[in-house]
Amino acid sequence: MLDTKKVGAVLIVGGGVTGMQAALDLADSGYYVYLVEKSGAIGGAMAQLDKTFPTNDCSM
Amino acid sequence: MTLSEVTAIDGMAGDFTVTVKESPRYVDMEKCIACGACTEKCPKKVGSEYDAGTGKRKAIYVKYAQAVPLKYQIDPDSCIRLKKPGACGFCEKVCDAGAINFNDSEKSHTLNVGAVILAPGFEVYDPTPAGVWGYGVYPNVITALQLERYLSASGPTEGHLIRPSDGKPVRKVAFMQCVGSRDENLCGNRYCSSVCCMYAIKEAVIARDHVPGLQTTIFYMDMRTHGKDFDQYLERARDEAGVRFVRCRVNGVETDGRGGDLRLSYVNEQGRQLEEFYDMVVLSVGMQTPKHVLELAYTADIQLTADNFAATTDFQPVQTSRAGIFTCGAISGPKDIPQSVVEGSAAAAAVADLLAPARFALTSMASFPKEKDVSGEEPRIGVFVCHCGSNIAGVVDVKAVEEYAATLPDVVYVERNLFSCSQDTQNMIAKRIREQNLNRIVIAACTPRTHEPLFRETLKAAGLNEYLVEMANIRNHDSWVHGGNPKAATAKARDLVRMAAAKVTYGDSLRPISVPITQSGLVIGGGVAGMTAALNLAEQGFAVHLVEKSDTLGGNALNLKHTWSGEHVPTQVAKLVDRVVWNERITVHREATVTAVEGFVGNFRSTVTGRDGASQVIEHGAGVVAIGGESYIPHEYNYDTITGVVTSVQFDKLFELKEKHVRRGRRFVFIQCVGSREADHMYCSKVCCTHSVQSAIALKKENPERNVYILYRDMRTYGQREALYRQARQLGVIFINYELHGKPKVAARGGEIDVEVWDHVLHRPLRITADMVILATAVRPHGDAADLGKLYKVAVDGQGFFQEAHAKLRPVDFSTDGMFVAGLAHYPKPVEESVAQALAAAARAATLLARTEISLDAVKAAVDERYCDGCALCVDVCPYHAITLVEKSAEEGGGRIIMVNKAQCKGCGLCQGTCPKRGVYVAGFTMRQISAQIQAALAV
Repeated sequence: MLDTKKVGAVLIVGGGVTGMQAALDLADSGYYVYLVEKSGAIGGAMAQLDKTFPTNDCSM
Repeated sequence: MTLSEVTAIDGMAGDFTVTVKESPRYVDMEKCIACGACTEKCPKKVGSEYDAGTGKRKAIYVKYAQAVPLKYQIDPDSCIRLKKPGACGFCEKVCDAGAINFNDSEKSHTLNVGAVILAPGFEVYDPTPAGVWGYGVYPNVITALQLERYLSASGPTEGHLIRPSDGKPVRKVAFMQCVGSRDENLCGNRYCSSVCCMYAIKEAVIARDHVPGLQTTIFYMDMRTHGKDFDQYLERARDEAGVRFVRCRVNGVETDGRGGDLRLSYVNEQGRQLEEFYDMVVLSVGMQTPKHVLELAYTADIQLTADNFAATTDFQPVQTSRAGIFTCGAISGPKDIPQSVVEGSAAAAAVADLLAPARFALTSMASFPKEKDVSGEEPRIGVFVCHCGSNIAGVVDVKAVEEYAATLPDVVYVERNLFSCSQDTQNMIAKRIREQNLNRIVIAACTPRTHEPLFRETLKAAGLNEYLVEMANIRNHDSWVHGGNPKAATAKARDLVRMAAAKVTYGDSLRPISVPITQSGLVIGGGVAGMTAALNLAEQGFAVHLVEKSDTLGGNALNLKHTWSGEHVPTQVAKLVDRVVWNERITVHREATVTAVEGFVGNFRSTVTGRDGASQVIEHGAGVVAIGGESYIPHEYNYDTITGVVTSVQFDKLFELKEKHVRRGRRFVFIQCVGSREADHMYCSKVCCTHSVQSAIALKKENPERNVYILYRDMRTYGQREALYRQARQLGVIFINYELHGKPKVAARGGEIDVEVWDHVLHRPLRITADMVILATAVRPHGDAADLGKLYKVAVDGQGFFQEAHAKLRPVDFSTDGMFVAGLAHYPKPVEESVAQALAAAARAATLLARTEISLDAVKAAVDERYCDGCALCVDVCPYHAITLVEKSAEEGGGRIIMVNKAQCKGCGLCQGTCPKRGVYVAGFTMRQISAQIQAALAV
């Protein structure tokens, strides 16, 4: 890529496990992150689960 | 930014302008303290989305109890006031914080960013419109997500499994697989959702924990438990939890007309028509892309697949069709939690590659006021007692605890909070520390495991050393376990607070330990995963050493021809090798292995030895293990004696070379699960079903007259691979199911091969005469895994694959800090999953390498030179090898003494417990503190 402008910020759409993981890794490695979530709270589908397969760990 | 959606993405990679629409919350997030008074008074009840409609919520609500941010919101579609101005408004009246704002309005934000990651997720298939198996008609037909909520302690029935129709206990449950998946007729979702087999088995097992003696049956087509440890769980579910598995398509679900019982009719594998009655039928609903995500894809201008998922490529699994826009999670195909988490990190890696020059351009470090020296001061303890909503206050008499705390020695300030962890309470605690000149803090609330870091920050914000806080766990250890005995729970809360106050009285100000980081990486293994990880780290700006055992880069991918989606592997691998070799930041060590390792996170020293015996020591801050796997060499099915019996990899080569036996061959039999899913190898090799189906398609396409058979146990063409399975059937490939106890028999007869298998349709043995038999052989762990694991102190699982730190949430991390895993070394997987995992490992490594130093917790062992006499008892017990014995110099008086490597020490305290002379102690847990705590425990 040519020497075009590079902005050190990232926008992530979706605050489920995958979006949160991306946000954490980027923030921890030196980028400003905007995490945009459609609903009123982050957590996504995993927060609705009781236990997880195959360890039966609590999902929350 | 919650309640927000992207409405436009303009610009190009590196410099996008994104427009975000923020819907009104009608609650001021700064003022709301989440006390719940509003929701209590709200008269409007609607179905809760969080509980999948099994429970109710109010028009003003929080999504769930542990929501982040824990702030209420008003649903404008159901709020009486918002629909009719002047009406209701109870919430506003009861809100002491004055947080309700009915005049809140939509806002628009314009953001300048270098990259965009789309992670909007999926929706579960709604069986209502099609009325699948009577869903929406019979109340006892529910979806698996609804069952998940019924089984959850936070769900509508608090974990009690009862029939929705009449509240009767449930004794028999049937699960119906593939509802809204692998189904062209009802919903058009042709793909496999890849997660439903797992959650159905899990729910069946968990439901039995809730209801002893519960009978559970899972009706399925193929049991697709292809992930790590999944098949073992399946076996345990069948053998130990008594879950019954029936392979069939159910014909119908009807009520018996009287109670809520449901009658299922189906044809079993023996061809017999059967009827069974169940209390509850659970639909294992699949995943699909919701409408708002399709709109988002349109806004982002990215391409989709035929199944409506974001189109990505196998060698760039998180890159969309538009440069600078990446995906992770279920938007690019149905996937489970670990794979979604892997892709989250992978997307971060891809972004960091693109935006490497702008790293740290827009971030700032959190700043804290100067720390006050309290060493000379008398203790002034502040105690904060948390209600945790009703979690604690519903059982423990918190007011009594508060009053009691005020009577304890050195306690000068006491207060109760509804949620001590809420942002406003945090600010308030900091304020009280300054106002009241507090120098020791007790938080009587929940567990330090999750919340101690938060309260440490609060102390720092108030200018107090972060280690001068002690938590009394009056929730997990008290109100949660003694719910039936409030009086005793309150007495225990008093004890816990007294103990915490006694301990914190003798607490010292501790300094976090700072360790410098060598900002370069080491990648072990030069296959696709290793090369991808090395390349990404190099593109991010870090020096990388890539160690490959053989003389060639490429690994197992050198044997592959096409990925499942048809990408040509040799071309992509060649490109990858080229980029690695020409990258100036990557040093490739061919014909080399790691032979010795010293050091710890940020400061590893690995010795790499070449085949010529020459060694060199490489210093690196982080490492990625990507040594790959091996192909199982079979002995079954007369592989050793019949030349026409070959492995899949051998077949690929023969097919490509147009070898005459293949070219002339008219009858081909594929046998699946050779060396997988049995006895000592109870795992699925994940790639073989797709591989055989692809080979079968190629054979049929070349000559449709050929007879091609695939003998399988469960056809695991998961996700969008289902299209290949469908195509193979359309082309006339014959699929025959066999069970482990009735494995096919292969024998030579002249120049031909006889294959005998039990036919489930005809109910008799079937003899197939074949020209060639292709064995879908297992992926085995690499032979070097165990030794390498020992060198880096990373674990290997029962099968010999590397063990990640957490199956769901830390899928590429090792428990040893600074080490990561990717590719077949972790578990069998196809190319795109290896690449995603490699990118993820690189992203995780980069979170360390981006910094020049790391700050480690101050709770570490320290030597008390007055007492340590070098007996070395502690050296043997230390599980982290953090203690060494050293000779003292003559000036120091000679003799021996121990030395603690703070970076390796985890502060577990085994050394302190072992030392007979008090020569070693753990900071923050000194003998004086612990003894004060014990005396307080006994002093009633």
